[in-house]
Amino acid sequence: MHTFGYRANALLTFAITALAFICAIASFSDKFSNQNPSAEIQILNINRFKKQSHGNDEVSLTLDISADLQSLFTWNTKQVFVFVAAEYETPKNSLNQVSLWDAIIPAKEDAKFRIQVSNKYRFIDQGQNLRGKEFNLTLHWHVMPKTGKMFADKIVMPGYSLPDAYR
Amino acid sequence: MDWKGQKLAEELMKILLIAFGGVAFIAGYVTSSFGTMMMIYAGVVLFTAMFTAPNWSFFNLHPLKWLDPIEAEKYPKPELTTESWKKRNSKHC
Repeated sequence: MHTFGYRANALLTFAITALAFICAIASFSDKFSNQNPSAEIQILNINRFKKQSHGNDEVSLTLDISADLQSLFTWNTKQVFVFVAAEYETPKNSLNQVSLWDAIIPAKEDAKFRIQVSNKYRFIDQGQNLRGKEFNLTLHWHVMPKTGKMFADKIVMPGYSLPDAYR
Repeated sequence: MDWKGQKLAEELMKILLIAFGGVAFIAGYVTSSFGTMMMIYAGVVLFTAMFTAPNWSFFNLHPLKWLDPIEAEKYPKPELTTESWKKRNSKHC
């Protein structure tokens, strides 16, 4: 503490270290928030279901997605990334996950929504296993914080199935 | 600043930052606004800087006792003549 510059340097370094500590506590405080998200997905229509020229099955769906993710937002949330994936089993792979749609929710007001949309990304199988296939639709979310740890979770909705023949 | 003043400045800096940093966190948590917490903390840092970094007079309550000039005059620095300059700056040394 000999000169002004020495004290100013010590003060700034300590202030930044304390700021890192404060951000860690802010991230930890997310554990105490009460979260109960809910979601529901309906398949409105199967638009196309065919075999591609190089042999793989492809499906095009229209989905009705409604969700209430407002309770996921805390004071330390920057945005929530949400996506819908179809999960099913084939002889070749014990678990296939195909992402059909995703979105970024920037604020709490936008977190309660209902949309009808066709799948954003193509639903293509590795093979020709989709006829009559039963699959789950899972809604995954990643809560991205302003500082600290990101946490992710999902809701699994079983019981969807594809028709037995190509259309 | 004297020695006691330096110690006081350092301790004061730590206490102010930690205590008012805690206040900033609580204010942000209660209002559910991360922005509030950051603004209050920036204010805290500036306030602490104004308080502990400059050389205020209350840090100098136990001033150091420097020697009187008369002691230094008893032992004057030796003056160099031109002869000794040449010797000093020649290549053979």
